[in-house]
Amino acid sequence: MTVHANSAEADFRKAAASRVLVFDGGYGTSIQKFKLEEADYRGSLDLPMDQKGNNDLLCLTRPDIIKGIHTAYFDAGADMVETNTFSSTKIAMADYGCEHLVWDINVAAAKIAREAAEEAQAKDGRRRFVAGSIGPTNKTLSLSPDVNDPGFREVDYDGLKAEYREQCDALIAGGVDFLLIETCFDTLNAKAAGMAAREAEAASGREVPLMASFTITDMSGRNLSGHTITAFWYALRHLKPLTIGANCAFGADLMRPYLTELAKTSDTLILAYPNAGLPNELGQYDELPAKTAQLIGEWIDGGLVNAVGGCCGTTPEHIAAIAKAVAEAKPRVVPVLEPVTRLAGLEPFTMAA
Amino acid sequence: MTDTTTSTRPAGSMFVNIGERTNVTGSAAFKKLILAGDYAKAVEVARQQVENGAQVIDVNMDEGLLDAVVAMTTFLKLIAAEPDIARVPVMIDSSKWHVIEEGLKCVSGKPIVNSISMKEGEEQFLEHARKCMAYGAAVVVMAFDETGQADTRDRKVEICERAYKLLTGIGFPPEDIIFDPNVFAVATGIEEHNNYGVDFIEAVKEIRLRCPHVHFSGGLSNLSFSFRGNEPVRRAMHSVFLYHAIPAGLDMAIVNAGQLDIYDQIDPVLREACEDVILNRNQDVPEGELTATEKLIEIAESYKGKSAETEKAAEEWRGWDVVRRIEHALVKGIDTYVVDDTEEARAEISARGGKPIEVIEGPLMDGMNTVGDLFGSGKMFLPQVVKSARVMKKAVAYLFPFIEAEKDQGAKAKGRIIMATVKGDVHDIGKNIVGVVLQCNGYEVIDLGVMVPWSTILQAANENEADIIGLSGLITPSLDEMVTVAEEMQRADMKIPLLIGGATTSKVHTALRIDVAYEGPVVHVLDASRAVGVASQLLSDTQAEGFVTTTADEYEHIRDVRAGKEGSILLNLTDARDNAFKPDMRDKAPPPAQPGVHVFEEWDLADLRATFDWTPFFRAWELAGVFPAILDDEVVGESARSLYADAQAMLDQIVAEKWLTAKAVCGFWPCARVGDDVVLHIEGPQPPLHLPFLRQQIRKSRDRANFSLADFIDHDGDWIGGFAVGIHGIEPHLERFRANHDDYNDILLKALADRFAEAMAERLHQHVRTELWGYAPGEQLSNEALIKEQYRGIRPAPGYPACPDHSLKPILFDLLKAEENAGLVLTESYAMLPTAAVSGFYFAHPESQYFGVARIGQDQLEDYATRRGVDLKTAERWLRPNLD
Repeated sequence: MTVHANSAEADFRKAAASRVLVFDGGYGTSIQKFKLEEADYRGSLDLPMDQKGNNDLLCLTRPDIIKGIHTAYFDAGADMVETNTFSSTKIAMADYGCEHLVWDINVAAAKIAREAAEEAQAKDGRRRFVAGSIGPTNKTLSLSPDVNDPGFREVDYDGLKAEYREQCDALIAGGVDFLLIETCFDTLNAKAAGMAAREAEAASGREVPLMASFTITDMSGRNLSGHTITAFWYALRHLKPLTIGANCAFGADLMRPYLTELAKTSDTLILAYPNAGLPNELGQYDELPAKTAQLIGEWIDGGLVNAVGGCCGTTPEHIAAIAKAVAEAKPRVVPVLEPVTRLAGLEPFTMAA
Repeated sequence: MTDTTTSTRPAGSMFVNIGERTNVTGSAAFKKLILAGDYAKAVEVARQQVENGAQVIDVNMDEGLLDAVVAMTTFLKLIAAEPDIARVPVMIDSSKWHVIEEGLKCVSGKPIVNSISMKEGEEQFLEHARKCMAYGAAVVVMAFDETGQADTRDRKVEICERAYKLLTGIGFPPEDIIFDPNVFAVATGIEEHNNYGVDFIEAVKEIRLRCPHVHFSGGLSNLSFSFRGNEPVRRAMHSVFLYHAIPAGLDMAIVNAGQLDIYDQIDPVLREACEDVILNRNQDVPEGELTATEKLIEIAESYKGKSAETEKAAEEWRGWDVVRRIEHALVKGIDTYVVDDTEEARAEISARGGKPIEVIEGPLMDGMNTVGDLFGSGKMFLPQVVKSARVMKKAVAYLFPFIEAEKDQGAKAKGRIIMATVKGDVHDIGKNIVGVVLQCNGYEVIDLGVMVPWSTILQAANENEADIIGLSGLITPSLDEMVTVAEEMQRADMKIPLLIGGATTSKVHTALRIDVAYEGPVVHVLDASRAVGVASQLLSDTQAEGFVTTTADEYEHIRDVRAGKEGSILLNLTDARDNAFKPDMRDKAPPPAQPGVHVFEEWDLADLRATFDWTPFFRAWELAGVFPAILDDEVVGESARSLYADAQAMLDQIVAEKWLTAKAVCGFWPCARVGDDVVLHIEGPQPPLHLPFLRQQIRKSRDRANFSLADFIDHDGDWIGGFAVGIHGIEPHLERFRANHDDYNDILLKALADRFAEAMAERLHQHVRTELWGYAPGEQLSNEALIKEQYRGIRPAPGYPACPDHSLKPILFDLLKAEENAGLVLTESYAMLPTAAVSGFYFAHPESQYFGVARIGQDQLEDYATRRGVDLKTAERWLRPNLD
């Protein structure tokens, strides 16, 4: 199978060589502002369950809103946005009885983001990128949901991989530049998603580089499956991701030590997008744009990242502040690593030749 | 987190130990476990390997009687759930590719595949290699091609170089290639085999030059195959082989790390004989002399049957006699083998006509006495002791049916102690700890649980011919209940000692109220570490009398001092009120942003975990110190770290598996101060609802006020809040632990639930300040600052110093509809259920502060009784701790 070179990757690398790129922010917070009712989510679709909160469905029922958010992020200074498809796998859409819409949502989402990117690019001539968002799903390959049966799993690798594959195929068909496997709380899920993405890429005949993003679930700096950020990177390095990094879970301050570690162990670009601080008791984020931008500024000073954005609680205002903060910044220099064997359990393990 | 560095092994080279015991083809014991389906024990084998220093663990399930795919995936999923094991990479070992591929689907890190080869031709070799790249795995490549396994140096080099070119040709990272150039048996008596050791070592040297960045591995057990059954010789051969192969480039080997001798420490005669065989020296010898092989065979005879002298201590103890094994297991808190060892001890004793109880009286008690001694002398700490107790309990539970079967001879422990948390109280962490410590020291403890009425306690003491009764309680009404128990013991004309313990108990209260109610010995026990000393003296033939007299005298003295002195001077109530605290009411908080009652069905546990105040957690385990400094404490640091790690592991489970549910309710009501009451301006109750508060009466130095909580509320209209939080869902887990005789985890979970309750209260208060009431919207405080309470406003709880009357709780609960909204109920003594719960009032005035009401006068007692609308006796009972 011939795979055609992707100029997006070359353009992305070129831009990342000279400056810190800006990614978008959260979608949930922006969507909430529209105070949508169930009927808004449902639109004219005939669906069995309550759809309120099914944000991905808006790609079909309220594309205007989603496109508006993409545009707001581009206007704020983003170089790249992600599709509104975090939960658009069958396994995650089952919660809303929308499994049959997975293909359509992903294709529509990619097209909407693509349109917004083209329009933004037409306005000022600056290259814009679209990453297809692939969430972790609500199932885990590494952990048993049953305390008394630690060997039990709710899903298996092949089944989960097939679900990811469908999403990847649809995102590629819709025209995304990259596939972003994000909020990876389970490293094995991420590996399955990565394999699916690679297979989808090969089937499409077009190069669609991967991006992978870790999420820390506790103060010890590990994700839910127990991996440290470097172990996660070693577990995914064979996928040759265009970017590796972290998102969600923490604000920029608490994320910094883990990026410091990754900046040393990773020989690819680093993309990180924290939350607007830690949530308050209502699950709301109250870190102000200036604060987020200031904290990300500290990453820049440390030479830790190549691309930055925001996750939960961040808004176009946050991204504008971040874009301003990184406008003149020097990006991280990607190190060249010794060819040693890099293995991983929950912790990284290297073996010098 | 830095990388786990490769450790230095013989000859100081970088060398990776691959654990080989989770391999059914290499370990008969492991095979037996897997065939029997005993995966729990099989997982323990993996754990031991990692503990013994394996840096990668090899898993192999190639056995004809097994469904290798099922066994491989089951085992890999199980070890994924064990952080101690899963921290190291896995080597998926099978001769069947489909077993490897199914294994790859279960491994979350980056593993090693063992192995692929060109045995079936290039095409299949590359297909497998591409799959390894797609799954993300390093790979062991066997020196095997279409014509067979490479035996000579040249064949090994030829095959490996060809494989290297093919692999790098498809983009396989060279550093992820590990060659296994075949270790073959030497000293077989067949001449062609003599050079196999040399062939391997020489091939490694050459391949390393031709194929940059690759690694080398080998299965050592093949080498010494001729000497099966003679472990000392096999170990010596392996060590000698590594000594020579490592400098050549061998950098990993599948070997039992615990079974390698140190080269320098091998008997020189044996070492030289091994060296000759491995390096193929002295094989061509004149007629009549022994070849190297023959010499080694001859020497080997003298080693046969000799047990290992240099086994690693961690494994060594399994070889000890059963009594020492039991002691070791108890001291180290290892419960893996204790049932087997207990059975062995029982069988031995039974074989010589002894009784099962002798296992307890003998080895188990001896072991626990050692634990007790170590604890007593400060060489062990409470968390370790509780782990030891878990081992003890498992052993005793195993023996119980045997003992029951020979009922007539009851055990005679050092003494039998009845323990109970008194009626109305539900707190038992402290009581359980004391119970464990006493059991560890040879006492039989009959634990009656919580909320135990006096009648049950007395009955149990009589029926069991108890030597001591121990009472525990946390809330102040329990103090009264303890007096009741003492009075009833007196009425029943009992004579046995009564021990008093628990957070609100004190020597003074015991002396003034309980000791006078019961003529038998009454002793206040400050903490768990004192319990053994007290019990042993009370039950000692020689020391009991002296100890009882000394204690009684001490309590008498306390009473005398108390009676003789006026105590601190009390103001009369009118004067105390005149000296009330007068905050500037212009600063009072605005009305709440969101008045009314707010319910939180399920607060995020992960969020609460982040705001834990750990210091009290360690205090609950009697480890003194402030977190996090306590983790590095010279004395208790190790113990604290271990406890903290266990707590973190359990927290991971609690959060991930939602063991617990945090519920909360809070509300705000308009009110005004009237005297020392706060009158609520809410619809419904007629007459209006009063919250009567108490006022300090102790005379203060010049400028200090006599505080009452009412002082923080404005006469001209103000707001007061209330809250209640509870942690639900603990019971099934506690039951599981109890069924497993696992006090350690039982106590650990309770202690963590308490932390969740406190964190919930703290978080809710923060949410109230910044959002719901919203008088401090801009507040940004670190967890440390929260713990230090560096915020505006207070949340005093009924039953605590500023508001000592527990009986305000029912009023608060009614206001909040706490049962309906947060599932919280009160016992007759106003203890909250579930146990991990906090409730209290919110005062928002910036000058509001915590204080202790302390001692009050008869005038305030009478006034309070009137304000509450109860008789004097009831008020006395409620306020007993604050009365003379």
